[in-house]
Amino acid sequence: MKIMVAIKRVVDYAVKIRVKPDKTGVETTNVKMSMNPFCEIALEEALRMKEAGLASEVVAVSMGPAKCVDTLRTGLAMGADRGIHVDVPGALQPLSVAKLLKALVDSEKPGLLILGKQAIDDDCNQTGQMVAGLLSWPQGTFASKISICGLTFSAPLRSSRSTDLRLNQPRYATLPNILKAKSKVIKKCTPEELNVPIKSDLETVQVIEPPKRKAGVILSSVDELVDKLKNEARVI
Amino acid sequence: LSTLVLAEHEGGSLKPQSFSAIKAASSLGENNHVSMLLAGSGSSLQQAAAHAASCHPSISQVLLADSDRFIHSLAEPWAKLVHLVQQKGRYSHIVAASSSFGKNILPRAAALLDVSPITDVTGISESRLFVRPIYAGNALCTVRYTGSVPCMLTVRPASFPVESMSADSKSNAAPVEHVDLSSFGEDGVGKSRYISQSSQVSERPDLGNARVVITGGRALKNADNFKLIEKLAERLGAAVGATRAAVDAGFVPNDLQVGQTGKIVAPELYMAFGVSGAIQHLAGMRDSKVIVAVNKDSDAPIFQVADYGLVGDLFDVIPELLEKLPEKK
Repeated sequence: MKIMVAIKRVVDYAVKIRVKPDKTGVETTNVKMSMNPFCEIALEEALRMKEAGLASEVVAVSMGPAKCVDTLRTGLAMGADRGIHVDVPGALQPLSVAKLLKALVDSEKPGLLILGKQAIDDDCNQTGQMVAGLLSWPQGTFASKISICGLTFSAPLRSSRSTDLRLNQPRYATLPNILKAKSKVIKKCTPEELNVPIKSDLETVQVIEPPKRKAGVILSSVDELVDKLKNEARVI
Repeated sequence: LSTLVLAEHEGGSLKPQSFSAIKAASSLGENNHVSMLLAGSGSSLQQAAAHAASCHPSISQVLLADSDRFIHSLAEPWAKLVHLVQQKGRYSHIVAASSSFGKNILPRAAALLDVSPITDVTGISESRLFVRPIYAGNALCTVRYTGSVPCMLTVRPASFPVESMSADSKSNAAPVEHVDLSSFGEDGVGKSRYISQSSQVSERPDLGNARVVITGGRALKNADNFKLIEKLAERLGAAVGATRAAVDAGFVPNDLQVGQTGKIVAPELYMAFGVSGAIQHLAGMRDSKVIVAVNKDSDAPIFQVADYGLVGDLFDVIPELLEKLPEKK
């Protein structure tokens, strides 16, 4: 069985993001970009299934600008066998990503598609559910444990999963594997080649910083805390 | 305007988060015809329908899909049901709470209807203009929906709080209608099977709707110590939350996690013990009205959002609190 894993390039989870002064979005130039953590977990799960003899090949796919190839390369260094990059220069909404994924599934015919449950940039939490719907495949969202039993395995169980945090601890790419990844194949294609028109249903009007909380006070004792909660905040 | 609300029910009544979805639906604009879709089977569905019909003045109609297929709220039949109901009703909006239920079902239904859903809406400015947090709540994005109908949303219950909705206005109960499932078919249904549900049975209030939330972090060290948090929660009639670190370490189950990818809460009082305050955690609780933080490390980022901070060892502070806090009313 072939497993396909979708991965997204996002602002690294440890970066403190900055909203652009013109309110058009979040600063992404000169900011460290990484593989979305949930996608890492999805890829790790696929690799473990391959190591357990449950899968023959792991294909990592990513959609977006040319830089996505770097993220795919990371996936290959973790152990994916090959990559597919759908080159889309502009913004992509989950519905379009789901349609592109469906097109790739139609041509690659994997038995299982695994995605992270959400990207940590737009926090949409949609793509897995949408692609499963488009494919008429069953979906298992927010998986924190996946077990495949031998019987259902050979049945027409093709499904799409999205992964939650607890599923596994993703591996680091080792130097030899990073070097090896350089010779692995990343196929490039376009939405036109996949016959998927990219449409947009959403227009970003503005992006602003959330209101800051007022600085609080540091108390010196439990007595003071109980008093404040009772008499000032009146919450107990 | 006409809105379809996808509702969850349990034990014969609507779940609190579905009230928030109704509240969000009714704030979409004037002259909004709000229909509520309930699915399931048997007497608990009938009871929930009666509850739904009289729970809010803005509800014009209750639609019931009565079939064994919907008992376990699996996404496959539900998404198909939404598609079917939309074909007939041509609603301008479809709304669900962004609970596991809404997040599982609504995007799939949106894909079947070929529209882009908007998840985790925290504010509604106009019928097609919404505010939603991105980057774990570190930015707020205003989006305009420019696609075709229906405009589909999941809304954060914490942002659409509901005071109380009792089913007392029996006089103006909305009509209840059954969805015609004759064209539902079997295709695509049943490839997922419900196996079992394991849940925490607890006397404490639900994390998502509790007035007070007591959260423990990694500093609790083990599951046994975490009982201190539970004890304090019991005293205050509070729900228990946990950080990702505490869940990862196995102190408490997955569903107690508060944060960007866990539960988003906004209680009146949020007390964090031994929580450092990673941005992913803050994303889940920053809208709480009063935040209390107790941590040994005076530099912990949690103190930057806390209204009241106490630098100290939680193993000293919690017992003292238990002693000095008033008994729950």
